[in-house]
Amino acid sequence: MREKLIYLIAVGVAILLVANLYNILLVLPDEANQGAIWRIFTFHFPSAMSAGLCSFLALIGSMMYLWRRNLWWDAFAVSATELTLAFGAIVLITGMIWARIIWGIWWAWDARLTSTLVSWLAYAAYLIFRKAIEEPTARARYSAVISILTFPGVIISWKSIEWWRTQHPGPVLTIRGGGGMAPGMQPAAYWNLLALAVFAMILLSIRLRQENSQRLIDGFRRQVHEI
Amino acid sequence: MRFLRQSLVIAGKDLRAELRGKETINASLSFSVVILLLFSFAFDPSAEETRAICGGLLWLVFAFAGALILNRSFSRDQPNDCLDVLISSPMPPAALFLGKVFANMVLLLTVELICLPIFGLFYNVNWTRQFGMLFLVLLLATWGLTVVGTMFSALTVNMRLRELMLPTLVYPTMIPALLGAIQLTTLLAVGEPITPDDYAWLRLLVGFDVIYTLLGLALVDTVLVG
Repeated sequence: MREKLIYLIAVGVAILLVANLYNILLVLPDEANQGAIWRIFTFHFPSAMSAGLCSFLALIGSMMYLWRRNLWWDAFAVSATELTLAFGAIVLITGMIWARIIWGIWWAWDARLTSTLVSWLAYAAYLIFRKAIEEPTARARYSAVISILTFPGVIISWKSIEWWRTQHPGPVLTIRGGGGMAPGMQPAAYWNLLALAVFAMILLSIRLRQENSQRLIDGFRRQVHEI
Repeated sequence: MRFLRQSLVIAGKDLRAELRGKETINASLSFSVVILLLFSFAFDPSAEETRAICGGLLWLVFAFAGALILNRSFSRDQPNDCLDVLISSPMPPAALFLGKVFANMVLLLTVELICLPIFGLFYNVNWTRQFGMLFLVLLLATWGLTVVGTMFSALTVNMRLRELMLPTLVYPTMIPALLGAIQLTTLLAVGEPITPDDYAWLRLLVGFDVIYTLLGLALVDTVLVG
């Protein structure tokens, strides 16, 4: 039942994504200053929000593990962290493509770009760290602490365009007090945000099930070894 | 008060052990001097060049030296199961953690204060002009570095790849503090004034210290005891 529901939602997301793509690529016009490349924003911003959401879920999962000591929450945290990395990679890559065309360079070492890359590397270190510990409860405990210590970096990355003068554009959406984008173009970004965020949740639930099965299998394996 | 006294006992113990053995401080000092030397090959150590990058140069040296010091912080107590004894003593783990932070702070600050004159000599920089402010930046950034580093040192103490794992985890996390320290040190060391624009970096340093000190004190229980 649960699987069918997940697949049903996935189909809905797929339809929404196709409709969004049709709207973005064929209906909406080129932007007055940027030309065709503005369209990448409709994926850059939703991926950034999804990555931020997933890192927040990883924080929740880590804190819940430390509170409840249930390995389910550890699986939740690691699944969310993997998705943070995936969506973070999309953010970095789409941003770099945009920068190559608008700025003429792939990368600028400003506060937003640097802090995003740093957080991405820190979450990658979290996954590497997990591989180095065998015992499941110790691994869950230690990595929960690391995840909590890593999260402030995400907040710095999020707020960096307000705290520093960055080469990265400041807020462009009206909702954050920005005025850099035509109001008629903003809904496209929001619809894609809905699509990608729900897509992230689908992936999270699938990955979570894998992690939990893996834990069951590992448990059985240990029992067999003891026999 | 009792809590602070307990951490000072731990700090005193660590520093006394270090003073008698001198293995960490000697290793990290000589390592820092070697790195300082190596940097002179990486770029042309002319006046302008050095002025532009001296903050980054110094803090990379300090970060490397710090990793050496932090690696030993908890593993020093591993022989004869001393660490287990410390953890099972009536003292709260947070006091143990804070004591270790104090000791690491003193050690790293010593390395930094010895490296600064050497750097000044090698690269012909008069860094004493705004020493008060520079010392404040050193204190704030070193505190941030040691709090984060001591936490990760506790996390990695029982791991096989401890020496490798610690820098991999610590450096990304401490980059905000490192960045602020680099920006401010570059200005202060060459005698340029601090503008209101740079206060953002100072605020970042203070915020980093407060957040990670609180997180460290709150989480160290779970790391050390379970």
